[in-house]
Amino acid sequence: MLRIVCLFLAITASAMTFADVSAVYGFDSRSEEQRYQNLIAELRCPKCQNQNIADSNSPISKDMRNAVYQMMLDGASNEEIVDSLVGRFGEFVKYKPDLDSRTFMLWATPAIAVLVGLLVVAGVVARSRKAGIAAPALSKDEQARVDKMLAERNQSGNG
Amino acid sequence: MKRFLLFLPLLVAIIVGAVLFAGIGKDPTKLDSALVGKQVPAFSLKDLKNPESTLNESLFRGNITLLNVWGTWCPACRDEHEDLMWLAREKKVAIIGLNYKDNRDDALVWLDRLGDPYRTIIYDPKGTLGFDLGVYGAPETFVIDASGVVRYRHVGVVNGRVWEQVLLPVINDAREDG
Repeated sequence: MLRIVCLFLAITASAMTFADVSAVYGFDSRSEEQRYQNLIAELRCPKCQNQNIADSNSPISKDMRNAVYQMMLDGASNEEIVDSLVGRFGEFVKYKPDLDSRTFMLWATPAIAVLVGLLVVAGVVARSRKAGIAAPALSKDEQARVDKMLAERNQSGNG
Repeated sequence: MKRFLLFLPLLVAIIVGAVLFAGIGKDPTKLDSALVGKQVPAFSLKDLKNPESTLNESLFRGNITLLNVWGTWCPACRDEHEDLMWLAREKKVAIIGLNYKDNRDDALVWLDRLGDPYRTIIYDPKGTLGFDLGVYGAPETFVIDASGVVRYRHVGVVNGRVWEQVLLPVINDAREDG
């Protein structure tokens, strides 16, 4: 019984926190609502810096959501909406910054890391191959000894 | 080549160290304003102290001004109020207030009680000009030059140290240019 009550509370309580952010605006179509949700999910709150404006309940996020909604009603494109907010709050509010000289390293670092990793792997492989050819595992004498020892062992095993 | 490889970890450590060291002391909550170098956005809002008169962006022409964003709901604004009084009185700084998301009666009581360091106060109850200025938390203080261009934005409390080290140099630059 207690479990069921807990489950019920968890479900209703999560719905309540969600309602505060989403239920305010009405949209003509599902796709428009989806567009709105996508936009507010990729805009960052300047006050609470680890949240997007969809998740944040700070007053500034509320204002920004409102601005996004108003601009959508006025027929602005996604780009215009994002640019208008960037013009006020700076590049910071974009979770995906444009590629320019300042953000170059940010975008290039993963590719560079992968490239360096591949080079290291290639280097290791090449070196081990070279070593394998240059020095066979056993010299001729050693191989003869091994053959002899194996032969003796087989004989004693049989006998 | 082999010998160089031995020094590779040291090299990496030095580079990472230098990058991280450069980040020490930087406050990530303080963002550069997107408006630096741009004109103060156009607005048309009432004067807090004279409800009949309407103010617009021409308010910022002709003088280097500080634009201070405040509200009675903001504890840090209470904190910096004495310093703003000091700036207006001792340094003769022209401070324009932006009363942000506040209500007029509360704001007037506050000024009556604590003193009024502002030449003029723009009354922005809905925060529209604040939004256009990219204000994300009061108090914020903008340095605006004589042609109405935003030179700098300081987020947080203004005090004697911030004035000496941050705002005054920007104002001096603006004076030389203008």
